[in-house]
Amino acid sequence: MTDVVEGTLTQPAAAPGGLALPWRLSSASDAVWRGLLVGFGLVIPLLLVGIAAALVHGAWPAVRAFGGGFLTGSEWNPVSDRFGGVPFLVGTLASSLLALLIAVPLSIGLALFLTELAPRWLAAPIAFATELLAAIPSVVYGLWAIFVLVPFLRDRVQSPVSERLGESLGIFAGPAYGPSILAGGVILAIMIIPFVSAVSREVIAAVPRAQREAALALGATRWESTWQIVLPAARAGLIGAVMLGLGRAIGETMAVTMVIGNTPQIPHSLFAPAYTMASVLANEFAEASGDVHRSALMYVALLLLGVTLVVNALARALVWRVERRAAR
Amino acid sequence: MKRILAAAALAAFAPAALAAQLNAAGATFPAPLYTKWFSEYRARTGVAINYQAIGSGGGIKNLQEMTVDFGATDGPMSDGELASARGGRVLHIPTILGAVTVTYNVPGVGTGLRLTPEVLAAIFNGTLRSWDDARIRQLNPAARLPHRGIIVAHRSDGSGTTYIFTDFLSSASSMWRRTIGAGKSVSWPVGLGGRGNEGVAGLVKQTPGAIGYVELAYANQNHLPVAAIRNRAGNFVLPSIESTTAAAAGMELPANSDLRLSIVNGAGADAYPISSFTWIIVYQQMRDRAKARQIADFLTWAVHDGQRFAAGLDYAPLPAAVVAADEAKIRLIQR
Repeated sequence: MTDVVEGTLTQPAAAPGGLALPWRLSSASDAVWRGLLVGFGLVIPLLLVGIAAALVHGAWPAVRAFGGGFLTGSEWNPVSDRFGGVPFLVGTLASSLLALLIAVPLSIGLALFLTELAPRWLAAPIAFATELLAAIPSVVYGLWAIFVLVPFLRDRVQSPVSERLGESLGIFAGPAYGPSILAGGVILAIMIIPFVSAVSREVIAAVPRAQREAALALGATRWESTWQIVLPAARAGLIGAVMLGLGRAIGETMAVTMVIGNTPQIPHSLFAPAYTMASVLANEFAEASGDVHRSALMYVALLLLGVTLVVNALARALVWRVERRAAR
Repeated sequence: MKRILAAAALAAFAPAALAAQLNAAGATFPAPLYTKWFSEYRARTGVAINYQAIGSGGGIKNLQEMTVDFGATDGPMSDGELASARGGRVLHIPTILGAVTVTYNVPGVGTGLRLTPEVLAAIFNGTLRSWDDARIRQLNPAARLPHRGIIVAHRSDGSGTTYIFTDFLSSASSMWRRTIGAGKSVSWPVGLGGRGNEGVAGLVKQTPGAIGYVELAYANQNHLPVAAIRNRAGNFVLPSIESTTAAAAGMELPANSDLRLSIVNGAGADAYPISSFTWIIVYQQMRDRAKARQIADFLTWAVHDGQRFAAGLDYAPLPAAVVAADEAKIRLIQR
């Protein structure tokens, strides 16, 4: 018996299903145990199906009323019951991508520093501080952003940049309100850094030490070993880390709601206010006026679920492709 | 056998039913006062009322589906909402008055900036864009208004406060009524959305040139600068508890009114024009007569003795005429 276990442990890639012994219903306890595990295994998929079904049911009046037009319409008018979801879709994607643009280089750089360069006495406290960021509730991030980040961005970034570049570059056009897609992106970036950097650090640390030593022994510099050996080896895992961050950024509600300006329009500038799907749900659901409004919000929720599923599917596909290329 | 058991169970629970427990849900705006009322009323009578401040929309929905004994709302139920109430005819009982103030952050300008409904509508629909616009200067010849862009701040969450404010703008400006209308959430042509009174107040405080609207209680407690608004009689009136009550006192109560009344832009020399009732909604015929009696007793207490708790929490008490109208409605509750 120990042989079997050792064999599977030392060759994990050979047969992932190696331990799946045929079930022999030798006793009643096995049957109970099996039933219990099957139940646990089914809870989450059933929950997902249930949530999706409830959303479709709730969104159905809006789906029938607006159909595909919801995915191209940009008017959001609860008074005249005309609804379109584009501003929220654009706001969610733009703020999340901006967050990735800021957070990914920082997080991977931080992870590399901690695993490759930093002495142990420095690495441990920095890693701990980064992980503490994940423990701060998002409403606290939001409050901090309202009182510190937004005024700073408005006076030190938005105003000077839009004065100098706003005329020539549309994405920096003013006026500098403060609450904006930029503020939303920055706060999201700060919130996802702990996740992306923690996973990146684990992935980079998992690259075998022997590979680094081999590179160095061949005369590679520290930079070359990191850039050409460690990062490519960790690529699939790093993509996974980024996607985890993206998933979190898309779903984050409270902090973004507090700084993005909550204006249902398609933003043409980084400094313009916008709105996200999660924010409009949090804002309007409790006091939705009438069934069409409520149903349109459900439609937004369905859209949000769809976007999350697409992002996860893309992440899976990307990781899979990278792994296959690495294996070749 | 089953029936005997059921009877036994009923008998066992009967004493518990006497120690009354009423369930209610609805508006967040009057919730601080209602909480005070319920604790005072419980101390006096032993009747416990469990109130969940889930918002006016939730209060209406729960009443329609009869999952609560009574509801509370900042905006009256629409005819459609009344028609889909499962328990029959719904009574609207105005309990207290609230006001919405216009607050701003204009460097060098303190409280009492004078604004007319037309100017407010032009500011909030984005056609009046600068603080030194002739239309504002004309109303405030003494104020030193800077050449600065106006930044509009509004509520991003659906809210009775937004309803009262847009109801006021709709009643004052036909252009606003045609293009935007009144609602708990509306399609704002310009501006930034803040969540809750604190969100709007935060935006206004931190953004020079900003203007927004918050509840009277919130403005009072946080000492925000507020505008004097011109009322229908032509006077500029600052928001206060007295001027809010005056808005309801100046109103003519139509005979047989169902009390779903809007008092924005009301008559009366001292009336503050952005004022509104908040209502408790209850079925005229409840299946449980004991509960109906308890609710009627509570409402009677609330519109009389309860009113003196209002001012301390920055709500405006009802004028005598409305209390009398409330009494007539409460008498309709079948008990």
